[in-house]
Amino acid sequence: MKKKHPNSVPAQPVILPKCRTGIQGLDEITGGGLPRGRPTLVCGSAGCGKTLLAAEFLVRGAVQFNEPGVLIAFEETEAELTANVASLGFDLVGLVRRKKIVLDYVHIESAEIQESGEYDLEGLFVRLNYAIDSIGAKRVVLDTLEALFASLHNETILRSELRRLFRWLKDKGVTAVITAERGREQLTRHGLEEYVSDCVILLDHRVNDQIATRHLRVVKYRGALHGTNEFPFLIGEDGLSVLPITSLGLNHKVSTERIATGIPRLDAMLGGRGFFRGSSILLTGTAGTGKTIISANFAQAAALRGERTLFFSFEESPNQIIRNMHSIGLRLEPLVKRGLLRFHSARPSLYGLEMHLATMFKEIAAFQPHVVIVDPITSLMDMGTLSEGKGMVTRLIDYLKAGQVTTLFTSLTQGGHTLQQSEAGMSSLMDSWLLLQDYEGNGERNRVLYVLKARGMKHSNQIREFLISDHGIDVVDAYIGASGVLTGSARAAQGALEKAAVLTAQQEAARRKREIERKRAAIERQISGLRSDYEAEAVELRRIDEQVGTSTLMLTNERAESGRLRQADAKASNGTAGNGRNGKRLS
Amino acid sequence: MKTNPVKRPASPRPAKLWQLRLYIMDSTPKSLRALANLKKICESHLKGRYRISVIDLLKQPQLAKGDQILAIPTVVRWLPNPVRAIIGDLSDVAHVLVGLDLRSTD
Repeated sequence: MKKKHPNSVPAQPVILPKCRTGIQGLDEITGGGLPRGRPTLVCGSAGCGKTLLAAEFLVRGAVQFNEPGVLIAFEETEAELTANVASLGFDLVGLVRRKKIVLDYVHIESAEIQESGEYDLEGLFVRLNYAIDSIGAKRVVLDTLEALFASLHNETILRSELRRLFRWLKDKGVTAVITAERGREQLTRHGLEEYVSDCVILLDHRVNDQIATRHLRVVKYRGALHGTNEFPFLIGEDGLSVLPITSLGLNHKVSTERIATGIPRLDAMLGGRGFFRGSSILLTGTAGTGKTIISANFAQAAALRGERTLFFSFEESPNQIIRNMHSIGLRLEPLVKRGLLRFHSARPSLYGLEMHLATMFKEIAAFQPHVVIVDPITSLMDMGTLSEGKGMVTRLIDYLKAGQVTTLFTSLTQGGHTLQQSEAGMSSLMDSWLLLQDYEGNGERNRVLYVLKARGMKHSNQIREFLISDHGIDVVDAYIGASGVLTGSARAAQGALEKAAVLTAQQEAARRKREIERKRAAIERQISGLRSDYEAEAVELRRIDEQVGTSTLMLTNERAESGRLRQADAKASNGTAGNGRNGKRLS
Repeated sequence: MKTNPVKRPASPRPAKLWQLRLYIMDSTPKSLRALANLKKICESHLKGRYRISVIDLLKQPQLAKGDQILAIPTVVRWLPNPVRAIIGDLSDVAHVLVGLDLRSTD
């Protein structure tokens, strides 16, 4: 930090110090502001905002960056200037009183001045120097220095003095803004760009299709990277804003968080978890396909999660949306009252595209929403040319993505085959694209929905029918079969048909089951008959066995008895009948 | 104003005192030249009826704003009305006379 070891520090490239203007967007384009301590030329034709840019540079410097400033006006008096910038909310009088700004109106009327001999513009230097030193100014604005050319006739002196002036301003170390009229062949009418070589900004005011748009271009910025494109800018209620605000690169943070859509079946179609946070979603459909309803559902779901939701409506007033959504069971009013949901309605034709965009940026910056809904984006895009519209959407998406804001755009298509074609330009900017369509047939019109694309997530390829009822949206499977996609009553009829078929099959099965049962019962009976036969046979068999045993025993006994009776000592092997009954009784 | 230039200096002007302010920046050759030229012209055209005050903006820079001084040197005819200004070292006498509205007295 100190100059102790100048040799130990490797030679660093000298970065041009910059002086922040505080003007929305301009610092982004110029990569940090105007070259500090050097003059910047702002040129443009009448009424394109040169003086306002210069005045805002000065006021913002004094208010935001604590850099007092001097405004040398050649065309407007102090009172006029004060009044002009007061409309932008700049309190010049207060700043002058607090010694933050010095206004000096340099009045030169060639009719009142005679030139006689040599002179220089030391008087101007003195005044400038005095003004700068009196408040320690860091910024200087010379508003239309070229007025000098009209009043002083000796151009040789004037030019050499101007050259000296710019040199002097540099030596003084002030950051200066010099305004100049646009010339026909060159940037400025009197070739001032010859003297100011560090930074040149060109302002332009063009009317296309009855809509006027202001453009700003950094023609030259010595020693610094800058956006060379023409950027639209506008003069709003609080000063200038140059758009885009962030679009010099594609390096947004991305989130893996998913947020639900408020329609469970739709979430299911999107891999089960809804959209990515911070993604941009396009919802296209012809008139009356339910775009606003899906948007409102999404808005309600977000607000109910406690996320601030901003709803830009270019077709309906907030109250109308609230009332209409009430009829399908969405209660948006309490969410509005709790400050979670905010509506912003404006007719597209109210003002130009850029003004709309700026208003939207302003609303977004003020409300800091998590979810933004634009319904429908096509109303805005119709206003400018296709490239302008696309440029605007790009800027909006860039801005929102940088802030991790999830955005849902609805888009009204004209129907027919151009449905997807007309959106092709915009779709490349979108992460997800839902398509709503009408299916006509059977004397009815039914709505279907499908996911055309969903970057980075598994999603359903199915067409779903979606029904709108008192309870909100219900997404159901459409019947898809040999006869195509069936929706509405056809789907219901097909359902009934299928139900009947199932019933028939069930009945048939029951009948067959009963028959088999009966057969089984018959066999069962047969089995039991046979079993009883078998039992009877078994009993008989046992009886026979017993008989045989008994008779044998009896025979033996008889033989033994008769032998004993005969007194015979011979073995009773032969027996005679007679006492068999006794023997039998014994056994 | 130019309707009757010959009659104008006849009665009112001689009675008036001419107040001239010469704005200079330091004692540069140009400034000194202007002062000398102015004195010479006044002596020959306004003898005894003029007063020149020299304002050095190096010493009093705040005075530059009041008379809308831009160029140096500048002579402002403060009186008689209307206020007129001549810039330059006043080497071109004819222009000075036109600027001071003195040509008619020539």
